[in-house]
Amino acid sequence: MQSYTFRIAKSKIISVILTLVTLVSTIPFLLVLYFIVKNGISVINWEFITHLPTPVGEPGGGILNALVGTVILIFIALILSVPFGVLVGIFLAEKSGSKISFFVRMMSEILQGVPSIVVGIIAYLWVVKPMGHFSALSGGVALGIMMLPVIIKSTEEILKLIPVEIKEASLALGVPYYKTILRVMLPAGLSGILSGILAGIARIAGETAPLLFTAFGNPFLNFNILKPISAMSLLIFNYAISPYEDWWAKAWGASCILVFFVLTLNVITRIISSRK
Amino acid sequence: MASQFIKKLELNKDKIFNLLLVSSAFSLLILGVGIFLSLLNASSLALKKFGFSFFSGSEWDPVSEEFGALPFIYGTILTSLISLLISLPFSLAIIIVLGEYFKKGIFAEILRYLTELIAGVPSVVLGFWGLFFLVPIMREIEIKLGVTPYGVGILTASIILAFMILPYSASIGKDAMRLVPNELKEAAFALGATRWEMIKKVMIPYARSGIIAGVILSLGRALGETMAVTMVIGNYHGIPENIFSPGNTIASIIANEFTEATGEVYLSSLMYLGLTLFLITTIVNLIGRLILKRLQH
Repeated sequence: MQSYTFRIAKSKIISVILTLVTLVSTIPFLLVLYFIVKNGISVINWEFITHLPTPVGEPGGGILNALVGTVILIFIALILSVPFGVLVGIFLAEKSGSKISFFVRMMSEILQGVPSIVVGIIAYLWVVKPMGHFSALSGGVALGIMMLPVIIKSTEEILKLIPVEIKEASLALGVPYYKTILRVMLPAGLSGILSGILAGIARIAGETAPLLFTAFGNPFLNFNILKPISAMSLLIFNYAISPYEDWWAKAWGASCILVFFVLTLNVITRIISSRK
Repeated sequence: MASQFIKKLELNKDKIFNLLLVSSAFSLLILGVGIFLSLLNASSLALKKFGFSFFSGSEWDPVSEEFGALPFIYGTILTSLISLLISLPFSLAIIIVLGEYFKKGIFAEILRYLTELIAGVPSVVLGFWGLFFLVPIMREIEIKLGVTPYGVGILTASIILAFMILPYSASIGKDAMRLVPNELKEAAFALGATRWEMIKKVMIPYARSGIIAGVILSLGRALGETMAVTMVIGNYHGIPENIFSPGNTIASIIANEFTEATGEVYLSSLMYLGLTLFLITTIVNLIGRLILKRLQH
């Protein structure tokens, strides 16, 4: 039997070592942030976010096409996935014990795990191939599919947290079932659903793989959802693997904007969900 | 009369609403099954031509239309397993530190954010960073070790993957550790255990299946991760000789060649790869979820 002091010392030393290892594991994140800010912040100015890219070698120019593209893609994804996802979420919360719910919940979990590149292939098969060309719409479909499980899950979970008495009170007052759900339950769960939507946007805003052969990219400003469109992530990818130093600098600037947008969304959703 | 009509309409609206709920639930099932069937249909040409020998062939030659997936399957499994090995010790440390030592307070919150937020950094940005920061470092190390200094390769991709999957296994495992009942912990202390002995002999065994589920789910992530891997793995079509060699994963070969694929067999073979990836990640994820479910009941 080891002595008591030895065992206590061992326990203390191990706790210090484990805490140090945990601190070490945060280094990559801090390094990434440092690198992006160091290389990106000097690139960002008014011209950078309000102008289109200039040809290689010409100074100036910006990433307006990619900013607009990402916003449009997120909107298409939201329109496609929010109503659908909220309805499925209501179904799962309301009929939570049924056999269908079991399969629907499992399918939502399967969808959550489908690699983004496979989602890209699906959007290619379902939208790009029948249309015959790349389009913003197909990119939005891919991102919508990626967002769907997040919205389903957050809707289901928040609705299950609402006390059943509220629902019963509404029904007892003679309010029809559909109105009880839409006018009583959904408003009560609004903050949870909104935080689910924000988490969904955070998940798709930086996605690149599903856009490679759907939205495809476009050096010009485009508002037509049936035409190819650029996105921040696509621009970063194309500029990063290019041989031009000027494009690398632009990619750092774009990374800086994208990372801070996504991280802010992440922090907001975490704060909302920790308040529950 | 009028009030009766309104009542009927309201009842019908309830029916319509119910129908809407049920049909959207079924649509989700159709969406999922549709993904599988579409992939199967799109890869039918390659399925017919190569069958299961697709997985044992190591030739990937678009010119002679000879396609085998072995190098990419090997690359996928190799990068995923190495990234798991790298992330595991860190994951365990975070699980213990955030699951027991620091559960509340500002320091715990900061630590949680710093360890988990890297999952929010877009894959393409991590790949970009890897290309300009990690690849030169790897090249230096490879020169010192006397192997061909590619910089890019299996190990470089695995290191970036490790950063990306660490938050998943750590946060699920930490949640499992926090579910350990206080009575059990106090019982261990009452028997004279030190804190470390209590963690080792009570908490970790109790939370074991949660920790394992987290590792399996992070494996599912690693298998399908695309952009960062594509950017730093080196895009080489053969079977990598060692962990410093360039290679390809299933996801990276699809990302690299999909838009360039000419010829139906070529495209169909890429779809076949996509189907394979879909099935592997789905099975791995379902196993992970199943373990988590059993834990919750």
